[in-house]
This record gives sequence, structure tokens and C-alpha cells, in this order.
Amino acid sequence: MSLPDEYLKYPMRRYGNDHDRYQWSMLQDRAPIQWPDGKSLAVWINTSVQFYPLNERGIPFKVPYGMAMPYPDLRHYSLRDYGNRVGLYRFFKGFERFNIKPTYAVSAQLANDNPYLLAQLLDQDAELICHGWNMDHLHYGGQDITEESEIVKRSVNTLRDKTKRDITGWLGPARNQSENTPELLKAEGIEYCCDWVNDDMPYEFNTNNGSLIMLPLQTEIEDAFVIGTNLHSEDAWVTQVIDAIDYLVAEAKQQKSGRMLGLSLHPWLTGQPHRIGSLEKVLEYISQHNDIWQASASDIIKHSRVRL
Amino acid sequence: MEKLAAYDYWGYSNRPKIKWPNGARVAFWVAPNIEYYELNPPPNPSRSPWPQPNPAVPGFSIRDWGNRVGHQRQMALLDKYNIRGSVSLSVALCDHHPEIIEMCKERDWEFFSHGVYNTRYTYNMSEAQERDMIRDSIETIYKHTGQKCAGYLAPALSHSEKTLDLFAEVGTELFGDEAGYYTCDLFHDDQPTPVNVSSGKRFISMPYSLEMNDTIVYAVNKVEPRHYLTMLKRHFDRLYQEGAESGTVMCIPTHSYQISNAHRIKAFEEALEYITGHPDVWVATGKEIADYYLENCYDDARADIASKVGGA
Repeated sequence: MSLPDEYLKYPMRRYGNDHDRYQWSMLQDRAPIQWPDGKSLAVWINTSVQFYPLNERGIPFKVPYGMAMPYPDLRHYSLRDYGNRVGLYRFFKGFERFNIKPTYAVSAQLANDNPYLLAQLLDQDAELICHGWNMDHLHYGGQDITEESEIVKRSVNTLRDKTKRDITGWLGPARNQSENTPELLKAEGIEYCCDWVNDDMPYEFNTNNGSLIMLPLQTEIEDAFVIGTNLHSEDAWVTQVIDAIDYLVAEAKQQKSGRMLGLSLHPWLTGQPHRIGSLEKVLEYISQHNDIWQASASDIIKHSRVRL
Repeated sequence: MEKLAAYDYWGYSNRPKIKWPNGARVAFWVAPNIEYYELNPPPNPSRSPWPQPNPAVPGFSIRDWGNRVGHQRQMALLDKYNIRGSVSLSVALCDHHPEIIEMCKERDWEFFSHGVYNTRYTYNMSEAQERDMIRDSIETIYKHTGQKCAGYLAPALSHSEKTLDLFAEVGTELFGDEAGYYTCDLFHDDQPTPVNVSSGKRFISMPYSLEMNDTIVYAVNKVEPRHYLTMLKRHFDRLYQEGAESGTVMCIPTHSYQISNAHRIKAFEEALEYITGHPDVWVATGKEIADYYLENCYDDARADIASKVGGA
């Protein structure tokens, strides 16, 4: 058996990327960026407030950190729900104590089904991002566009209706997308998206409906990836976050250009009693650091050169 | 086949002594993988490029981060320690991102073939197809860098039974003995060893170390960054110690999308500081080590292997 001849043909082998979503450039070659007050590093903290359904379908793949046992997986369902019931309130206290202003990426279904939770989130006076309908409504290649369009509309509109706010940011469940997702987001008035982790700064992302801003929310340093996927200790996570901050601050100073760290958090993980202290150490480090500008997603976009 | 015919059993004792230049104990090389993974690769019946349907944004975008952000961070470190990289290259990157190739050329780095794309696997290719893919890779490196490709690491470590034979043969077809003479695809030794290829060409295996490979360490074995530093030091210490008896090779294969992450790069920097801080280390490229070995050690090794096959 051999492969079809097409396997050795490369129609997209050309200058730039093998797609037209954005312009190819290297971070270090771009014009410098200055953050407010001459700060070196913008730290954007995202807290994902997620709903993982008990009857997870796993279409077309099982979402990371979703159900893992035969139905009904009360274990993982309730452990994830713990984040929204308990862990999140520990987060609130930590953010207040260290004067941190995070953004919250919220499963739209949660906002719809839990008015009390939504009121608490609105009380934080923080930016909200649409995190899809729930963690089992994935956006994926080959997805029927009518179906996906309906999910995007329902998610964005529900969050807008319930919050009475103009929601303009999107974080897809599992940061996954279909070939149509960027167009569908833009069509619904989404201005920035956090799914593509291919840069350390926001950049312009092309869609057939006009440009989006891509604001990368790094996976490799988030609590869930380090502790939940890599199975490192919470102490090791703290070390890694601090190492990342120190490196980025040094790089920013050396290259005379602002840098950004997008740090994503999950209350079901770091909201546990034995881990919350580690998160507080990270928050303390950020809050006392003279070279850090702790900013929201929109703050960072506003002060970047990237424009729609 | 039940056994790989590429090499004969050759135990790690009483081998002819390898004497590296200037009495070095360890030949040390760093092999940055500079790769292109496609957003929409074609299917291969034996292996899916991505765990999600195309476009697999999570996997694509972190690798793209390596190209947009990571390489220049790694380059700055290798510059700092006077290390010239030996690039394991997805050659399509010459077309996609020639700026990266130029930066490597400015530093006099070596380029060796890592296939065309890291999302096009050798599995199920006919012999002619694999030959074409290898030819494309050697020709592309020559066209963009002027280098005659000496080494090979099959794309995504996907092999056929004939991979090493074909690489040796196509190298000879294009550039005679000046191309196609070492492979990084074998993990059976801590010293270079002769490899049996069908053409009988003088061909060797170069230790590339999957165990020290950052992607294996971080993404497969899920090691903490600071423990990776400990592993690298231990690995080096033992090879340095043994290298007093007969020269050894240490390689750190890297991927900028792993090693250049802000929370990991410090471990790599401290490892380079530690290793290059030892006096008897020959910092070289893969090709330089291979050339030296072929010139000075290969014949003795062949004779020793021949004398030991079947007993002694």
C-alpha cells in the first residue's frame, strides 16, 4: 500500500504560514510597545468559570478535565462544580486582598442557570469573557456551520442578556475552533479571541467578516496544565510562574519593549484548600512587583498597537 | 523483520578508545528542531497528526509560538555560550519562514534533514515516495543554505524499514560522500557507531538522546523544569566521567515551543552554563562530530565490531 500522490504535494508551501489568518512575524522583530507608567510586564489574569455537563457527549473529542468515569460520573462533575461553589469565593478573597483585577471567562449556560453566581461575578466589577455555552459544546473542524453559528449566538447573546453588558471577548472551550469559528465570532460582535496561543502579544487575526484581535492566553503556564496535566505540585507551579515573570521582565528590559503574561486559572483546581495558598503566593508576587502592570484583557488591547 | 539490521551488537566495554580533539572527554552538541507543523495536514492511515479534527488550533498554535517567539530566545542563549546549533529542519520552513533560516546561517549553524513537514509521515510511503521526500529535503537545504545535508532525523520520527538506506543512497546520488552519512534515528548508544546500510556506504549513528529531548522530558514524561536541569547535569556528569576513558557524545535536542517558554528557559540556560563550564568539552555540531569520527574512529570501530560478532 502506498499513499496517494497528493501526500507529497504541498500546495500551501509558500512564504508566511500555510493559512491566511494572520501575518507572519517574529515577536522580537516588531516595534517596541510601551505599557502605562513604563512598566515592563503586563500580567493578565483570567479565571475560567466553567460548566462541565454530567452527560458529556465528547463530540468530537473529550474535553480536557471533563468526565472520566462511566456515566454518571458524580466524581468529576461535582469536583468541577466545586470550583463554582467554593473555589471561586476563595479566589474573590485572594483577588481583593492583593488588589488583583482578573477577567472571568464564563460558560454562558452558568450565567443563565445560576443568577446568584452571576450576580457575584458582576459584583466583582471585572471584565467578563464568553467561554462558549459549556465545556461539552466544543467548536471543531468539520462542525456543521448552522449548528456552530447557533451555539455562538446563544452563548454570546445569553451572556449579554444576563449581564446587560457588551461582551466582546471569547475563549473557546478547550481553546478549540472550527474553520468557521473566527467568522462566526466576528459576526456576533466579538472583538477579541484568546484561543490561539501562538504569540506573547495581541495581534490582528483575519476573518471574512473583518479583523479580530487575538489575545493569546497561554496554556503551558496555566494552573490546570501544570498541575492537572503535568501533575506537578502546586509549589512547582508557583516556581514556574515566578520564573516566567522574572524572565519576561528581564527580556522586556533588555529589549526595551513591554511583554505580556496571560495567566489562566481554574477555581476547581487552585481553589482547593491545599492549593489556594499557592495561588495567593503568586498573586502576592504579582501585586508587589514594581515592574508589573496588572491589567485586564481590554486594558492590554487598548494599550497595544493592534487595532481593529 | 524481527531485528533491525542497521547495527550489530557491540557492548559498551573494551571498545577502541575514542580520542576527541584536544583531549576532550565529551563531544557536546545542541540540536534545535526547527519545524513546521501544518494547520490542515492530509491524513495518514497509521498516525493522526492532531488529536482534534483540522484545524487543531491548540497543537498548531503552540508550535507556531515556537516559530514566532521561541527561536530567538533559544538563539540568544546559544550565542551566549558560543554554541552553534545543529538544526533538525522541517525543510518547508525555508519557504514559510526564511528569516529564521537566515538567522541560523548568520550563526554558521548546521542544517540537517527532518523531512519536509513534521505532519507528513513516512508511514505507508512507497520506496519511491520516501526517496522523493528525502531528495526534496536534501535539495531544499542545499538551495537555501548551500549546505550538503549530512544528517537525518526522520520527520516526527516516522520510519520505514528502508529509511536509513534511502537517506544514504539519495545523499550519494546528489553529493557523493559529502551528504547523507549520519542518522539521529537510533537511540542504542552513547557513542557514534557504524551503521550498516545497503549500499555499504560509510555511515554512522549520532547519539541524539531521546531521553534528554525537551519534548520527551516535558510533554511525555511531564518533568518539572528544574528537575530537567538536574537530569541534564547528571547525564553530563556521567558521560564526562566515562569520557576520560573513551570519548562520549552528549546531545540536547530542543524544540523552541517547549524549551523557550518563559517558565522553562532558565533550566536550559543553567544547563548550558554548567556543561560549557567544564574544560574537557568539545562543543561541536553533529556534522563536525560525525566527520571527525569517520576520519579517526570508524575503521577501528568496524574492525572491533567484526572481531566481536559471534563471540570473543
